[in-house]
Amino acid sequence: MEQIGQRVRQFIIDNFVFGDASHLADEDSFLDNGLIDSMGILTLVVFVEKTYDIAVQDEEIVPSNWDSVNRIANFIGSKLANKETAVKVLANKCL
Amino acid sequence: MCGIAGFVNLDGLPADPAVLEKMIRTLHYRGPDGTGAHLDGPLGLAHNRLSIIDIGGGHQPMECDDGSLWISFNGEIFNFVELRADLEKKGHRFRTHSDTEVILKAYQQYGVECVHYLNGQWAFAIWDASNHRLFLSRDRLGVRPLFHAVFGNTFLFGSEVKALLAHPEADAKLNLEALRQVFTFWFPIPPETIFKNVHELPPAHSLIVENGKIHLQRYWQLDYSRVGTDASPAAEKRYLEEFNELLLDATRIRLRADVPVGAYLSGGLDSSIIAALAKQCVQSSLCTFSIAFDDPALDESVYQREVVNALGTQHQMIRCSSSDISAVFPDVIMHTERPVIRTAPAPMYLLSKLVRDRGFKVVLTGEGSDEFLGGYDIYKEAKIRAFWAAQIGSEWRPNLLRRLYPYLAGMQKQSPAYLRAFFHVEHDSVANPYFSHLPRWDVTSKTQAFFSQDVRSELNGRDAYAGLKANIPDDFAGWGTFARAQYLEAAFLLPNYLLSSQGDRVAMAHSVEGRYPFLDYRIVEFSTRLPICLKMKVLREKYLLKKAFGDLVPAAVLQRPKQPYRAPDVASFFDRSTGRARHDYVDELLSPDRVRADGVFDANAVQRLVNKARAGNVTSFAENAALVGILSTQILIEKFISHQQEPISYGANWAASSPVHY
Repeated sequence: MEQIGQRVRQFIIDNFVFGDASHLADEDSFLDNGLIDSMGILTLVVFVEKTYDIAVQDEEIVPSNWDSVNRIANFIGSKLANKETAVKVLANKCL
Repeated sequence: MCGIAGFVNLDGLPADPAVLEKMIRTLHYRGPDGTGAHLDGPLGLAHNRLSIIDIGGGHQPMECDDGSLWISFNGEIFNFVELRADLEKKGHRFRTHSDTEVILKAYQQYGVECVHYLNGQWAFAIWDASNHRLFLSRDRLGVRPLFHAVFGNTFLFGSEVKALLAHPEADAKLNLEALRQVFTFWFPIPPETIFKNVHELPPAHSLIVENGKIHLQRYWQLDYSRVGTDASPAAEKRYLEEFNELLLDATRIRLRADVPVGAYLSGGLDSSIIAALAKQCVQSSLCTFSIAFDDPALDESVYQREVVNALGTQHQMIRCSSSDISAVFPDVIMHTERPVIRTAPAPMYLLSKLVRDRGFKVVLTGEGSDEFLGGYDIYKEAKIRAFWAAQIGSEWRPNLLRRLYPYLAGMQKQSPAYLRAFFHVEHDSVANPYFSHLPRWDVTSKTQAFFSQDVRSELNGRDAYAGLKANIPDDFAGWGTFARAQYLEAAFLLPNYLLSSQGDRVAMAHSVEGRYPFLDYRIVEFSTRLPICLKMKVLREKYLLKKAFGDLVPAAVLQRPKQPYRAPDVASFFDRSTGRARHDYVDELLSPDRVRADGVFDANAVQRLVNKARAGNVTSFAENAALVGILSTQILIEKFISHQQEPISYGANWAASSPVHY
């Protein structure tokens, strides 16, 4: 989980933070800090989908999932866990 | 159309003609047809002339018969024929056929109140020798520019700041408060300018210098306190009749000139209607001019062609590439004399060059209709946001916002929760007096993240909105949301960006005068009485305009979705296929060493943005605005502040493609 957080944090810094990034805490809101706009959020979704091979549903693109490093890390974590469960279920069925 | 400049030594010392000459020479492009000067004790008054009306008799500065009044005037008084007849009835005699002399006689008759009788676009200075009074005035809507300052013991004024900076006492320093205004509202708010201690005379104001004192006075106010409510069919019919007559007359009197008048075509409704009305008035061939873009998302030439074919005008078009914008951008900033956060002035600069090269000095253009007749998306946006805020849980209300911006890819896929955040949709946000403009100002303010630590510390603790609030009418908070949104567009964006950086400054760069029928003050005053639903009916913009004049333009133009005029921003400066800047000055002015030396922006942050731009990854509004804003500020520092004594020219190797004839 920590690894996911670090990777997300680095992506945010590389793409959306131009000044000093040391003050960006993992629970800081991107919206409140003006880091991400409408194109930014879409860029972020594409990055997460590609990096973690998960599909994000439209209704999942809400600030409660995406508005801080921690929230994104948690969201990715739960998506991956669901995926794992789904694979197991599928595997059990096939076997 | 011309350039004016001058000064009064407040200590009474005689004016130095060499200084006056140096000042007016900086404005040669505003008036290449002749230069004149008048000296009277402490006063120096100068003029560069672009001759349009009474070519033989209109020399300036012009004196009144007994030599007690002198005027230097930039602009046009369109009702000078009627005003002259009135003044003749009152016993005044005229030596010339110019509108300039009419202002002088009107001043003789009415004193400083003469401005109430003028219908036009002006910036003038009258020297009233017998009262030792200097009287400056600027038109109601701010079509023509006028700046002033006190340096040492001298009061200075001029059509452009560069004339003031040519005075030996002047000192060019960056005004950080104005810089923040640019990086919030898109422009400095008068009286602030980007130059410390240099002031802009706000629209609808006069300024009197008398007995060593300077007195500023507003003579007209855009007032939305009496918006009509009766939109019954009978009332609508009366409004339609009145509007029909007004716009026709506003266009007719704007064709008064002793040189041919052309028209700009954007491909939109407003300029098409003006061109159609002009065609009716002149009853001969009309020349029209337009810009086409390589990028199909920005190009409107298909619609321009529709209008040209329908009206049968003689049309010429300039095709503008990203590289063309980059090539002329330093020269454009030399003319705007302020940073800009969009490149849209650059194509207008290329367009005016085309007009000048074709031998035209005057063009009609369609600005003002969106502001006063309910055309802007920001009005709709505010309406939708208010509608949504009233029912925040609504599933389909946010769809209206997505539909409003079909050309913004980022909008289409947003969830309601994100749209709410981006558009400030809260139960109580509607009560904020600036409700309509909060999303725009908020997103633009993000560009301030690039300010250096020094600049932030300097600005810290000061209210970024102070300059705005000082220019808001007392009863503003009591107006409706729609009226407030209109005021914010018409009193701020219109004069301080559209009519200046995108208007007068880039047109006059090539000695071209724009004339704006929709900005006739009679139409503006009419529009403030017009019921809102006759401007925007539900979400249909410019209802009355379409009803009155829609049949003059092709159906394709009437029915097309509204498209704002835009030009490529970051893509103008960096070629994503090579990752390189299109011109060397871009690399030079944005280099970490240079940015650090100039001290306004954070060099590391700028470098990261530049890297992103090289990779072609700048997509957001704020990042585009930041890059254009930073680059234009760096150009401004280079041209005006670092090299004040000898402004350098990049001599940019620009070569816009040849005009296309059809």
